[in-house]
Amino acid sequence: MAAPKKAAAGAAQDKTDGGSPPEFTREQELKALRDMLLIRRFEEKAGQLYGMGAIGGFCHLYIGQEAVVVGMQMALKEGDQVITGYRDHGHMLATGMDANGVMAELTGRRGGYSKGKGGSMHMFSKEKQFYGGHGIVGAQVSLGTGLAFANHYRGNDNVSVTYFGDGAANQGQVYESFNMAELWKLPVIYVIENNRYAMGTAVSRASAQQDFSKRGASFNIPGKQVDGMDVRAVKAAGEEAAAWCRAGKGPFILEMQTYRYRGHSMSDPAKYRTREEVEKVRHDQDPIEQVRNRLLATKVSEQDLKAIDAEVRDIVNASADFAQHDPEPDAAELWTDVYR
Amino acid sequence: MPIQVLMPALSPTMEKGNLAKWLKKEGEQIKSGDVIAEIETDKATMEVEATDEGTLGQILIPEGTADVAVNTPIATILADGESAADLAKAPAPAKQEKAAESTPPAAAKAEAPAPKAAPAPQVVAEPDPEVPAGTEMVTQTIREALRDAMAEEMRRDADVFVMGEEVAEYQGAYKVTQGLLQEFGAKRVIDTPITEHGFAGVGVGAAMTGLKPIVEFMTFNFAMQAIDQIINSAAKTLYMSGGQMGCSIVFRGPNGAAARVAAQHSQDYSSWYSHIPGLKVVAPYSAADAKGLLKAAIRDPNPVIFLENEVLYGHTGEVPKLDDYVIPIGKARIVRSGSHVTIISWSNGMTYALKAADELAKDGIEAEVIDLRTLRPMDTETIVNSVKKTGRAVTVEEGWAQSGVGAEIAARIMENAFDYLDAPVARVSGKDVPMPYAANLEKLALPSAAEVVEAAKAVCYR
Repeated sequence: MAAPKKAAAGAAQDKTDGGSPPEFTREQELKALRDMLLIRRFEEKAGQLYGMGAIGGFCHLYIGQEAVVVGMQMALKEGDQVITGYRDHGHMLATGMDANGVMAELTGRRGGYSKGKGGSMHMFSKEKQFYGGHGIVGAQVSLGTGLAFANHYRGNDNVSVTYFGDGAANQGQVYESFNMAELWKLPVIYVIENNRYAMGTAVSRASAQQDFSKRGASFNIPGKQVDGMDVRAVKAAGEEAAAWCRAGKGPFILEMQTYRYRGHSMSDPAKYRTREEVEKVRHDQDPIEQVRNRLLATKVSEQDLKAIDAEVRDIVNASADFAQHDPEPDAAELWTDVYR
Repeated sequence: MPIQVLMPALSPTMEKGNLAKWLKKEGEQIKSGDVIAEIETDKATMEVEATDEGTLGQILIPEGTADVAVNTPIATILADGESAADLAKAPAPAKQEKAAESTPPAAAKAEAPAPKAAPAPQVVAEPDPEVPAGTEMVTQTIREALRDAMAEEMRRDADVFVMGEEVAEYQGAYKVTQGLLQEFGAKRVIDTPITEHGFAGVGVGAAMTGLKPIVEFMTFNFAMQAIDQIINSAAKTLYMSGGQMGCSIVFRGPNGAAARVAAQHSQDYSSWYSHIPGLKVVAPYSAADAKGLLKAAIRDPNPVIFLENEVLYGHTGEVPKLDDYVIPIGKARIVRSGSHVTIISWSNGMTYALKAADELAKDGIEAEVIDLRTLRPMDTETIVNSVKKTGRAVTVEEGWAQSGVGAEIAARIMENAFDYLDAPVARVSGKDVPMPYAANLEKLALPSAAEVVEAAKAVCYR
């Protein structure tokens, strides 16, 4: 593995192997575009609904980071598990969870994935092997390691994809988990989504080792820095990591260098970075624009892309409509699901 | 004068042990540091080193002797120039029970149900309703009952496994998991690194996929490192997922005051965990309950906090010999019937409660003693029905009074049986201080039978 470049200079570095990632087929490009667009439009809508008061509490938007989950999901197979922290709407949509159910959970309605009892940060889907949605920073890392433990225990070839941010990467239980995962050779991909800010604290102000791909070094866990704005690079790295896990070699760390355009949550003061910085990443590295431009350079017409836009908008509008008209949970739901 | 070698204590809670083996013979030369004997308890085995030089004059306790009290002289060492004739000058050995002296050494091992010199007082006035009449009973330590519960459930369900610090090769820090590694192998009996927060989370994650982990904490004091995963992940996930994803997991280990280990290792977490919706909290006192309730806890589809007690591990009791002895969680048990006052406790608090009931009976006060067994869900009905009969209640707990389980019981009695009360509910609890180390202060910090007697008399206006 080549020496990773420093993360500080730009949001997204080239992948460490050098050169361009493997090209996507036209179908792959279209799928990536569609899935990333769905997340972007969904999140924009969620932001609007939050502004209207339809969504309460905390709401952490994934805009800018779409290539990470979409690329990773393209590298997975049926049965692989996904778990993440509180910036989780994108992960849910990427695993194929229904937009109506996610949006209705955001508005606290009975049709939400958790019947309105979980909210933005706590949603799950057994069917899609999505294990949350966790509000305690870093907790999902031990839990995700436990998912991998279960795969190992059952002797199947499923992989646990455990996402966390550059902020969570400084939590103690992350390293407790790294140790056990490598010790027991558990099939877990630790995807560190380095979006450069833990709330308002820049990586350089919080992390002694800013190369997150090296965070497993003292446990002998291999790691790789990946251009998390390029969905092709993400997919390629995800495949490499998944193959490593499925071969019984233990965990793998992927540092996804990415960027969030919006604030940490809806009440972000935006004082810790400049507008210019955000604009520059948007302009130079936007994950969706990258795919769109590649497609336009081939034989895909503006018209074809508009059809995708329209399909995505329909899904999102329908979910917003559903989420605002679905009734609130029945009062009796207060007392259900405490025990089973 | 010949030097006496005394039976050593291997741990703060050890009161007696077995003299497994003599490694030196009478008449042999001994140097300071030589291993002269092997001592074992049901918890551990240890070598006894000589601290003095000389000749092993006389072996006072033959090998294979069970239940030798700590500080009993076990041998004498003759200094240079002394001879066997000087042995008479040694202080007379203290009276020693030799009930098990004829037992062959092999039988002195922990597995053998060695007769206990001082079994815990267990006055069972009411027969256990869960046990059919005529059921054969076996005498077991609580430690053995817990191990059997785990082994039976692991045989029954391949999804059950046990993980924690020293549960496998060491055979359990308190020997509760003894023999499980040998029977079930390293895949299902898993030694973890010392990372409570991490392995609690790993256990919860595995449970979310449908596996049924038993997570052992070496003591619940160390579970403080893991309490976020227990409460935020294990207890709340079912609710937060709208019933989709639950967590069938048992967190177990010794809780409460041990002996002479001071503030950080002696704390009762009963009220901490019983505060949390989504958790079930079980804290048995008897060996039979330990077995039946642990089996129920492992089968329960919810996260269960199973609070054991280090002081009680070696206590013996009668355990029904049934193929599948499972006690439902959430049912208290009336351990002793009485009509004058209700005493409510659980776990080691029952030791004080039952002793006090004996004392009170001598003064003509018949106490009804309730062993809660489960703290959440709490069996309010059994408490209230008893108080309606007696009109008086005393709660006994090792934990602190403020926001304690006794406070909760008192509130429930007030809410459900206010008109039946002839006196305010009295609470006996641990004193409102961190646990001190000094023996006398530690004793003062804990509840006592005398305090329970005093409280019971006070509510009876006696």
